[in-house]
Amino acid sequence: MAEHQDHAEDHGQAYYVKIWAILLVLLILSILGPIVAPHVAFGFLEAWMITLMTAFGIAVVKAYLVAANFMHLNVEKRYITYLLTTMIVLMLLFFAGTAPDVMKHKGQNWENVAAEAEVERALAAEGKDPHAEHGGDHDDAAH
Amino acid sequence: MSMTKPIATTRSATGIPTGKLAVWWVIGSEIVIFGGLLASYVMHRLGHPEWAEYASHTNTWFGGANTFVLLTSSLFAVLAHHAAEQGDGKKAAKWLLGTCAGGLVFLCIKAVEWTGEIQHGYTITSNGFWSFYYTAAGLHALHVIAGCIIMLIIANDARKGKELQRVELIGIYWHFVDIVWIFLFPLLYIAK
Repeated sequence: MAEHQDHAEDHGQAYYVKIWAILLVLLILSILGPIVAPHVAFGFLEAWMITLMTAFGIAVVKAYLVAANFMHLNVEKRYITYLLTTMIVLMLLFFAGTAPDVMKHKGQNWENVAAEAEVERALAAEGKDPHAEHGGDHDDAAH
Repeated sequence: MSMTKPIATTRSATGIPTGKLAVWWVIGSEIVIFGGLLASYVMHRLGHPEWAEYASHTNTWFGGANTFVLLTSSLFAVLAHHAAEQGDGKKAAKWLLGTCAGGLVFLCIKAVEWTGEIQHGYTITSNGFWSFYYTAAGLHALHVIAGCIIMLIIANDARKGKELQRVELIGIYWHFVDIVWIFLFPLLYIAK
């Protein structure tokens, strides 16, 4: 408990306001990401890669700042970190187990006819070539 | 041992107060709920190139404004916790009311945003993208509503100097709701 009180003295209101200000700067950067990306893209670094980095890289940093400083995970018992990490691992396990069937519409012994037909229909309706690999997907990330 | 409270309230094998431990377990289960929903969205989005066109209709400025509102309300929640730690229940209650106001502003912005989208014909049944959009943001909004209600009850107690430890507990929940939005924002508004 004493340790916790020391921590509270270290972290006065100004400290929390500082974390909040950093979060706002990160928010602005994540909004600017897709606008700036097409102008700074060069070589192998394409605009959609920059957008993904500014969008999800910054989201992870923001989530860490909130969890560590506002939820006080940095001074919480390790037990809680293990609990939360376990849940995140379960989520990733779910993704790894399910994603191949959903992201792909065709495998060695199976075919998701309905999903394929929907992709074809929708892309045709949007005026894009349904047979182009990921037709226009990455261009749209730059908007 | 005092018998004025249930035994479970005073039991602590982990060294963490029971109420706080319970909130962390709620958040643990929430990670799986929101995590499962968002993971499902990601795998569908990657498997459906045509969703890029649907997603391009979400409004980044509404999402950005709401991120600002939630981040600010999180600041208020942690300042409420700070005041409660110093034993200032009245101040903690005021910051909690500020947090709650942030939640209400968030819901108002969302209401305006959704009204416009529904008027343009983008409804929960339009296609897979909009189904995920309304389900994920809707489930999140329900958490904001629940948080606001609990916060008002806790603020009412804190105002009288009662159960000040609960100010931290609702704060932890509120920050989690903020973190969920931190991930919903790039998924639905930025990387589209």
